[in-house]
Formats: sequence, structure tokens, C-alpha cells
Amino acid sequence: MTMMATATDVLEAVRAIPDPEIPVITIEGLGILRECRLDEAAGVVHVVITPTYSGCPAMRAIEDQIARVCRAHGLRAVVTSQLSPAWTTDWISPDAREALRRFGIAPPGPADADAGAGERAPRPVSVMIGGGRHTVACPRCGSEATSVISQFGSTACKALRRCDSCGDPFDEFKAL
Amino acid sequence: MSEKETGAAYSAYVLGLADDALIYSHRLGEWLTWAPALEEDMALANVSLDLIGQARSLLTHVGSLDGTGRSEDDLAYLRDERDFRNVHLVEQRRGDFGQEMARMLWFSAYQKALYAALADSADEQLRAIAAKAHKEVRYHHDHAAQWVVRLGDGTQESHERMQAALTWVAPFVDELFDDSGAAVAAAVTAGVGALPSSLRSPAQASVEAVVAEATLTMPATPKWHSRGGREGVHSEPLGFLLAEMQYLPRSVPGARW
Repeated sequence: MTMMATATDVLEAVRAIPDPEIPVITIEGLGILRECRLDEAAGVVHVVITPTYSGCPAMRAIEDQIARVCRAHGLRAVVTSQLSPAWTTDWISPDAREALRRFGIAPPGPADADAGAGERAPRPVSVMIGGGRHTVACPRCGSEATSVISQFGSTACKALRRCDSCGDPFDEFKAL
Repeated sequence: MSEKETGAAYSAYVLGLADDALIYSHRLGEWLTWAPALEEDMALANVSLDLIGQARSLLTHVGSLDGTGRSEDDLAYLRDERDFRNVHLVEQRRGDFGQEMARMLWFSAYQKALYAALADSADEQLRAIAAKAHKEVRYHHDHAAQWVVRLGDGTQESHERMQAALTWVAPFVDELFDDSGAAVAAAVTAGVGALPSSLRSPAQASVEAVVAEATLTMPATPKWHSRGGREGVHSEPLGFLLAEMQYLPRSVPGARW
């Protein structure tokens, strides 16, 4: 009975680990938790995660956090980083998207439709810095009149935008 | 050849890709606090970070392929200049911002074509690294493209300097697409690597499209071109770059932070 409770608890606790840079979403909601399995006999939790960006410095913090959570349940964590299939923002859950928006970060659009993403056909180069090939609503006032300040924001996964209606700058989670 | 021998034979090819990413990430990191705007400091640092990430995955893979078991840190910090396999393009000193955008335009166009081609690699790990990296370098290319257009189609001075930047970068371009060398041959034979010359046409097409949009012209064929990087023969700036990059781990061996 105790063991069963532990199994459910630890897996729940791992799924609920917040992203170190965007603490309003969990690693499960972000879509980087690919597998989470308890080997009760060995007292080991096997966790597979996939990086968002190759150089994302948060990955190490996430691994440490997984190990801490498992230790708190008296278990050891074996964390594997898996590159393939490559993470895409399409794996971010609807709940996490809503949490991002409420936190002031515009959630990503579909990965295919985004700037730089299409390799299908050559197309004209946009003369505007940051393009403007997709509509991004301001997470504060909801206006769709927004423009890119920089495709590279405070972290690898975010772009910096400005709302032309309310004037506020905001982060956008880049489609990848 | 056994699988192990094949891996060792083409590890030098993967090392070339890794060193390109590592050395260019270091050069881009040098822009921090020097870029024309704070947003650009962040952008160049982000591109640099992506490249460090790619270099880390590739170097770790090299250490397992070549049978030496060297870690990513061993390979990054404990090799001498002649053991580096990057092209001369990425080791050149930081110039003005226009030169950096010209370099990034070519390098990202090359990497975009390269990582797309490696989707068919027989090496599963290389395929996974490339699939991930391909998504990232599209943003790098987009960023460089936007700036080349803004500067080329900007003021008279920005136009002239962007044109001069394209001329500056031209002699370093051919080396990216050079098929010579045993490492390339081994990688292509093993079905692992992409023949560099086959990447030229897609890369050049995307550079030419940007240059045209920017109201610039492709520079005349340069009178010389760099060579030898893939064999470990480098230009002067690499030694200075490594002295800075490797200083700490060599002064304090085994330091952890």
C-alpha cells in the first residue's frame, strides 16, 4: 500500500517539476518529459527528457531537480537525455499554453507556419527585421497588432515583441 | 572494416563539424557588450549558445567514435591548434557588425544545408543531432538575412559597408564546400557525411536571394581562398582564440565550476 502510494506520488511529483526559467509551466506541460517510469524493485525512477534547444542551460537544472524529487521519495533517478525525435513547440500542452499567456508570454504558433521554419519552397526575404509572417496576440491586451523587436529574447526559446496597441513589450515563445 | 574502425575513420569529419560550431560560438560570444544594441547582444549570445550546444553533442559523439573516450571538455580544452579541424571562416577576428552578419549569413546557410543533408546519415546519433540543430540554424540564418537586408538597403554608408563585408567574407567561403581530405572521403563512403560540394548550391541560393533583396551584389571571385583548416593548418587568429578559451582548464587542470 505504501509502495503504491509512493509510485503514484513520485511520478506525479516528477511530472509537476516546474521549468526553471518559466516556473508557471511544468516539464510535462512543456513536452520535454518523454518518459517517466518507476522500477520499484530497484528503487529507481527512469526519466527520459529531451532538450528544447541544443545549448539550453536549463537542462542541467531540470536533471538536478528530478534527482532531488526522487531522493525525497527515497528513490534514485536515472535521467537520460534523448535528442530524437527533436522537441517541437507543438508538444506544449493546451494548459501550458494558457499558463504562458497568463504569465505574459505569448504561446507559440504552429511550428510549421513560423518564421524560418519552412524549407518547402523558396520565398521572398522579408525586408522587416523579424519578419512578421505570423500573427501573435499581445498576452496582456489581446491585440493582434504586434511587432518583433528581436527574434532572440531573454532565453533561447523566446523572441521579444512589442504590442502596437497597448505599447507593452512582451516575450513570445518561438515556434520550433 | 568493423563498425569500430569505420567510426574511427569518419570521426575526423564529425570533429570538423564540431570545431566549426565551437569556434564560431566563441567568436560570437565575444560580441557580448559590443553589439550595436542590447537586443543584439542577446541575439548573438543566443546564437552562440545554440552553437555551443551543437558542439557539445558533436564533440561527445567524436569521443565515442574515435575510441579514445575523450570527453567534450577534453576535446574542447586540451587539444592544440594543429588538432582543430574548423574552417578559417569561423576563426577570423571579430570585425564590424556588417562583417559579422556577412559571416553568419554564409555560415548559417552552409549549416542549414549541411544539417538538412545529414537527415539521411547512416549514423543515428549524428542524424539526431542534425535534426535538432537544423531547427536552430534556420533562426540564425533568418537573423543574419534580416540584418543584411536592413544594412544593404539602408543608408549609403551602411550599404557600402555591407557590400565591403560580403567582399571580406568571400575568400573564406570555398573552404566550406571543399571535398578534399581523407575525413570527408571516409564519411561519405560510410554513408554518414554529406559531400561538402553538394551543399554549395542550396547555400549559395539562399545567400544570393538575401543579397539581391538587400540591393547588394555578389562580390567578384576572390583572388585567393582559405584552405587547410580541415587538416589543422590555421590562420593566426586561432592560436589567440584558443589561448583565451582554454586558459582556465589548462591553468587549473580538473577545475570544476
